[in-house]
Amino acid sequence: MGTAWALAGAGFRRYSTYRQATVAGAFTNTVFGFLRCYVILAVAATAGGMAAGYRGSQLVTYVWIGQGLLAVVQIWGWTDLADRIRTGDVQSDLLRPLHPVASYLATDLGRAGHAALTRFVVPTAVGALCFDMYAPHTLLSYPAFLASTLVAVVVSFGVRYLVNLTAFWLLDIRGVITLWQLGAGVLSGLYFPLAFLPGWAQGVLWLGTPFPAAFQAPIDILVERGSVGHRSLLLFDQLCWAALLIGACMLVQRRAERKLVVQGG
Amino acid sequence: MSEIVISTADLRKEFTVSTRVGLLRRARRTVPAVAGVDLTVARGEMLGYIGPNGAGKSTTLKMLTGVLTPSSGEVTVCGFRPVAQRTRLARQIGVVFGQRSQLWWDLPLAESFRLLRYIYRVPAADHAARLAECRRLLDLDAFLDTPVRQLSLGQRMRGEITAALLHSPEVLFLDEPTIGLDVVSKQAVRAFLADLGSRGDTTLVLTTHDLADIEKLCRRLVVIDHGRVVHDGTLPELHARYDSRRRVVVDLDTPWAGRTGVPGAVVEAVEADGHRVTFGLSGGTAGELVAALARDGALRDVAVLEPDIEDVVARLYAEPAGDDRVASR
Ligand SMILES: Nc1ncnc2c1ncn2[C@@H]1O[C@H](COP(=O)(O)OP(=O)(O)OP(=O)(O)O)[C@@H](O)[C@H]1O
Ligand SMILES: [Mg+2]
Repeated sequence: MGTAWALAGAGFRRYSTYRQATVAGAFTNTVFGFLRCYVILAVAATAGGMAAGYRGSQLVTYVWIGQGLLAVVQIWGWTDLADRIRTGDVQSDLLRPLHPVASYLATDLGRAGHAALTRFVVPTAVGALCFDMYAPHTLLSYPAFLASTLVAVVVSFGVRYLVNLTAFWLLDIRGVITLWQLGAGVLSGLYFPLAFLPGWAQGVLWLGTPFPAAFQAPIDILVERGSVGHRSLLLFDQLCWAALLIGACMLVQRRAERKLVVQGG
Repeated sequence: MSEIVISTADLRKEFTVSTRVGLLRRARRTVPAVAGVDLTVARGEMLGYIGPNGAGKSTTLKMLTGVLTPSSGEVTVCGFRPVAQRTRLARQIGVVFGQRSQLWWDLPLAESFRLLRYIYRVPAADHAARLAECRRLLDLDAFLDTPVRQLSLGQRMRGEITAALLHSPEVLFLDEPTIGLDVVSKQAVRAFLADLGSRGDTTLVLTTHDLADIEKLCRRLVVIDHGRVVHDGTLPELHARYDSRRRVVVDLDTPWAGRTGVPGAVVEAVEADGHRVTFGLSGGTAGELVAALARDGALRDVAVLEPDIEDVVARLYAEPAGDDRVASR
């Protein structure tokens, strides 16, 4: 446990050394928050203020919390592992007395912690100041949101790690990354709430892909969309995906290590 | 016979490389990088593992440390099967690959060391003691708080060696640890490793292209070429095998007359109008030769040259590879 904390701490501090990138990221997320917020409110207005079971203030929250979560779960742009595989630096990871999946996960949780304190806080605060945001009615929704976000980070990590692992076979994974970013944006509920889709499509996405578990779930839990039972199911869906993905990471990692080659002399 | 920490039997690794032939066709070819290495290393040994570029040194080290699965053959390191028991083996070994870093690029050096304490679960007091020693011997204090990415190569390398040692490994694998270092850093690293080796409880496996490293540090020398061991023995044994000689260079007041009467001293060169003569010694001692020359009078200056490691290794590398070559020992 001490080891996990130490690694998480390292992940946290690593990102805290990049202050300018943090500021720029938070600024960008906030600007896009305004754009998305105006668009979604306009859409809701044509539908009489209510859309797919969300009221106006819930939609505002969906947008701004989403802008903050984006950096926390980091749906996009993580190629650390793939880069290390390509250059052969992954060798150093393999020479540690730790399972690589565990040490990368601990580090990633530290990174998420840093993002939560910086890049989550800024858009959320700006959104709350400039718009009428929905605040949860039951106190329990706050810890539930926290737990759901934590699991969302694990789910997102699992997918990112798997995508990165393909570098053992492909070495250059730019194609895979592009495909994943395209898919993740639409299918996770980032561009529009997944509830906008027909019921069967929602079912396919929640059960058949890990993307909603990485993004839409914590937001729906915070804005208290649907019944308590429905929201518990979301959390359950997330936990299943997290377990499945971490298991898959371990399996693929093992295969990669046994069959493949660490690059470089 | 002391305890064996590393043993391999007929260790092999073949890489499959595919090359393009024509527009769409690809041809697959296997490259034998390591072609049957038998190696036994006892605790406390300092082993120099050398060979020309592409000989298979790094590939062997990867298999010994468990990051590469052998194509065939047996490997045991510290009683573990490296690949299958990699994470357990990792506690027992320290590894420095000269071209790679095991430090956290964005964090200060001191922070990397602190993290390693948690990763290897080293008791705080042991960790502090070992770190203090490395700081003193490798002069780390000046850049301990600098992020690793801002360190010079030599500074980073000293950090890498420290990082590899903080958990008191039984075996230390070093793949070109002095590559790109200046004279002073090289000496610091060598002195440190020599000190470590002289205590006798750490086994050291070192690959390098700087043969001075080997001369200073390793009594035993394993040379591989094309994936095969072509020499396994001491440096003097290697010299004996290639009949490399010590040389005596003398400066004379009067030109060389052409005889010494010392058997085993062969004239190799006569320069400066006969005032400077180089003898090769293949028997007899330098003392006998010098005494004989002094008897004839007119001896002004004497220099004794040890056989050159670069020469003998170059001769070894230049030999055509073949199965018929016998390794001594
Ligand atoms: N990933 C790989 N794929 C294909 N061939 C490889 C791979 N890694 C190494 N080889 C080949 O295996 C052989 C041995 O390489 P290795 O890196 O072990 O050499 P080395 O003795 O460490 O050389 P150097 O002194 O240049 O570091 C070389 O012919 C090299 O081309
Ligand atoms: Mg090498």
